Amino acid sequence: MWRPRSFLLAGLILILASLQPAWGQAPVPVIFWHGMGGHLGTVVQALVTQFNESQSAYRVEAIYKGSYDEVVTAAIAAYRAQDPPHLVQVYEVGTQTMLMSGAIYPVYQLMSDHGYQVDWESFVAPVLSYYSKDGNLYSMPFNSSTPILYYNKDAFAQAGLDPEQPPATWDEVEAFSRQIMERDAASCGFTIQWPSWTMIENMRAWHGLPIATQENGFAGLDVELLINDEFGRMHVGKLAEWAKSGIFQYGGRGGSSDPLFLNGQCAIFIASSAAMGTIRQAASFNWATAMLPHWGEPYEKVNSIIGGASLWVLKGARNPDAYAGVAAFLHFLTQPEQQAFWHKETGYIAISNPANELLEREGHFEANPDQRTAWAQLTYSPPTPHTRGLRLGNFIQIRDVIEEELENIFAGTKTAEQGLDDAVARANRLLRDFADLYR
Amino acid sequence: MSVFPRAATRPMIQPRAARARLKQRLGRLAAHLLLLVSIGIIAFPVYYVFVLSTQSMEEVVVRPTILRPSTHLVANYITAWSQAGMGRKLLNSLVVAITVAVGKIVISLLSAFAIVYFRFALRKVVFWLIFITLMLPVEVRIVATYQVVSDLGWLNSYVGLTVPLMASATATFLFRQFLQTVPGELAEAAQLDGAGPMRFLWSILLPLSWTNIAALFVVLFVYGWNQYLWPLMITHTEEMQVAVIGIKQLVNPELPQWNITMAAAMMTLLPPVLVILVMQRWFVKGLIESEK
Amino acid sequence: MVHRPVFRNRLLPYLLVLPQVAISVIFFFWPAAASLRYAVMRASPFGDRLFYVGLANFERLFTSAQYHRSLVTTLVFSLGVTVLGMLIALGLAVLANQKIRGLPAYRTALLWPYGIAPVVAGIIWLFLAHPAYGVLTYYLRAATGLSFNWLVDGRIALGLVIVASVWARLGYNIAFFLAGLQQIPQTLLEAATVDGASALQRFWHVTRPLLSPITLFLLVTNTTFSLFETFGVIDAITRGGPGGATETLVYKAYKDGFIALDVGSSGAQSVVLMVLAIILTALQFRFGERRVTY
Repeated sequence: MWRPRSFLLAGLILILASLQPAWGQAPVPVIFWHGMGGHLGTVVQALVTQFNESQSAYRVEAIYKGSYDEVVTAAIAAYRAQDPPHLVQVYEVGTQTMLMSGAIYPVYQLMSDHGYQVDWESFVAPVLSYYSKDGNLYSMPFNSSTPILYYNKDAFAQAGLDPEQPPATWDEVEAFSRQIMERDAASCGFTIQWPSWTMIENMRAWHGLPIATQENGFAGLDVELLINDEFGRMHVGKLAEWAKSGIFQYGGRGGSSDPLFLNGQCAIFIASSAAMGTIRQAASFNWATAMLPHWGEPYEKVNSIIGGASLWVLKGARNPDAYAGVAAFLHFLTQPEQQAFWHKETGYIAISNPANELLEREGHFEANPDQRTAWAQLTYSPPTPHTRGLRLGNFIQIRDVIEEELENIFAGTKTAEQGLDDAVARANRLLRDFADLYR
Repeated sequence: MSVFPRAATRPMIQPRAARARLKQRLGRLAAHLLLLVSIGIIAFPVYYVFVLSTQSMEEVVVRPTILRPSTHLVANYITAWSQAGMGRKLLNSLVVAITVAVGKIVISLLSAFAIVYFRFALRKVVFWLIFITLMLPVEVRIVATYQVVSDLGWLNSYVGLTVPLMASATATFLFRQFLQTVPGELAEAAQLDGAGPMRFLWSILLPLSWTNIAALFVVLFVYGWNQYLWPLMITHTEEMQVAVIGIKQLVNPELPQWNITMAAAMMTLLPPVLVILVMQRWFVKGLIESEK
Repeated sequence: MVHRPVFRNRLLPYLLVLPQVAISVIFFFWPAAASLRYAVMRASPFGDRLFYVGLANFERLFTSAQYHRSLVTTLVFSLGVTVLGMLIALGLAVLANQKIRGLPAYRTALLWPYGIAPVVAGIIWLFLAHPAYGVLTYYLRAATGLSFNWLVDGRIALGLVIVASVWARLGYNIAFFLAGLQQIPQTLLEAATVDGASALQRFWHVTRPLLSPITLFLLVTNTTFSLFETFGVIDAITRGGPGGATETLVYKAYKDGFIALDVGSSGAQSVVLMVLAIILTALQFRFGERRVTY
């Protein structure tokens, strides 16, 4: 039965089909679980959309799976049920757990398996080293930040201090704080975020001191914490003294101290470089940033370390074709344009040197000098064996133990020495447990 | 009924009655005042959430705290709505809450009926089996439960979201309490009329327990609506997530935007509160009332 | 009044309990057993390493100072939440059960906070009571001169999570007490009044005994609530801190198992919790049901 009309129709379909190269071949879905809430989630989605629109072979499906700890548990549950996502964001304290899990597809291997030549040397050194093992990158750094110092310029001016002169040493932090409080420019000198990360982990790195034996755990599993040495007792002892006199106000763990700085109560704030976005939005005063304060001689001054999270590729996903898509997506994420976009939108540092050079060329750092601080501090010196990062088993619990003991110290129920000794004893037991598991 | 000293047998004289009336009036005034104050205290936190949801971030953090609503209501709610996809999430919550509530009521009524109206070998065992499910929080066994649901192929589905939540004891416990207060004669009468147990359940007990069911519906709706961790674990697409996840999703881990978060919190707490308000009459009555 | 079951049927009762038992076994007992098995194991989170360690997890638990402290914290917390929550609810329910004008409106206003999710309640209280920016601490400080800094002072932190949990549960308790109160025949109370009983005597001799089934029910559900369902509040406000001062047994099990991924210890803790809960419930039934008047 020759009907010209149906012939025409068939022809039309054929033509349409040839116009659409991926006809009948839907893009392969790549499952990506993350813990980025609020504005950060929106930016992640924007990057994902850019990637999906840039090619047609793969479609990344990103989904918010709760806070960091919830994302990890969800991924574990899914892995054990033999249906894991391809890509999962894990916070830095989970790094050793992931590395030893046997559940991962190392990023360096994934990239070379799928033919991507990545110039690892071009990554910012302390970012690369945090997630590397024996010189190979195991998870892709995603949101990385480092603690820096923020200060309220208006309060400085009101106290008769030079608002262009942030404190560079802890002695200055103390002296400036006293002057600020005496002149009633603020009711407290300084406050901090993430107590263990800023005051223990990074303070030690910044002074070139190890946090744990075995090169902070990079060189082996029989690790012990070293934070109760003379420097530790001195620094934490000072903090306790300042907490008592009100120069330092403890505002809780994580970011719960933010409003102390934002509402002008405390004039100085030691916080994640990624807090900048919201500070810009919520602070009604002039502010600026500086590198972390230092205790000066006889300690050296080297790069600080990062915190945040990285992207791990889980093996054993039901659709193995998608791994090529994971590699493409990770490659896409590390391009200077995407990194610059990520940095500008979120305040997390751009993880490669070319990306930072691009930001420099674009005049971004010149226009926003405060955003240069983190990068400058991380590249202050080449990382030493003590400042590559931290590789501790049971790190989630260890950080919790450290913060618990710091709280006891700040509350005055334990001396600095006692609290740090207890923290080390408890942490060492957790480290031994972890080593036993993988012996 | 005379366990009390018989003091009121003497004839009352006038001034005493007046004093009593005054005392009564004062008592009522005190009751009004106390109630108002308590309600103020109970409602204040939610009022404050509403206030925060209308402020800009600068207003949120400023000191002393601003306790009046501000002008950013519309902007905050729109941001929350679109950023967390609240429309779809609220719909899912509704489906989950209703399914869980209805499902729980049906299976609990059946098992409570069996426990109260039958003698069978495993009666005690079954009762304890059901009761123990109150004892171990979801969080502890979540990885294992996930595996079961995954093996069933129920991940990322409404079945997976609801059926595992139906295993809990509260409703059975309550129905057991209700049924125990139903006079035994009713069942005996039904038997004399030749009605079987299911007929008895359907045409005698069910009509008697409508208020109870309505009250339980409120409790279980709220329970289902407020689930967080389980839905978070087993949903893998944005389209299947529920409203409480939306609230957390708006919390930026570095520096939270509390005004937006509170806007989502307001949206999420409205529906269960509405259910309570609408069903309030039966809620209070039906929690324990039984037809005597 | 003891109820006598009257129907005779071999199969039907089993069919009737089947749905609930099936769901309980599949989604509760089976996974619970799988999780509790880890109580005698040391295991890695992804399950690639698994060693039998006997009772080592329990031994470690019982010799740990943190666990002892958590036990005491739990005791204070549970007692606080249950007793305080029920007393306040009873008081308010009695008030709202009087013959006064505007009663329906009062009742509504007392009940509705019950609809608020624990997560939300936690966020609300974190905000209200934060030492740095909370309104509550601000005015309390202005009124008393004390700082109420629960970020440092553990006792205040514990008080705060108790108050927040009581608040979250108040509407529920009031609803049940009100229901119980309304069931008490008015004639009985009037008779007592005629007999010259004071309000207090009426409450003690008439209301209290008639309220006992509800009180038992609330005692059971509030204890389980305070033990098992409050960690949403704790997690949102104090996260167990400062210095572990608000770490209840369940929060610790949650933290060690869910956040810290220590499945062995978490399994052991869950076993302890279940045993505790069963003992507690058995005791309540034994002493409660005897004194309850139906």
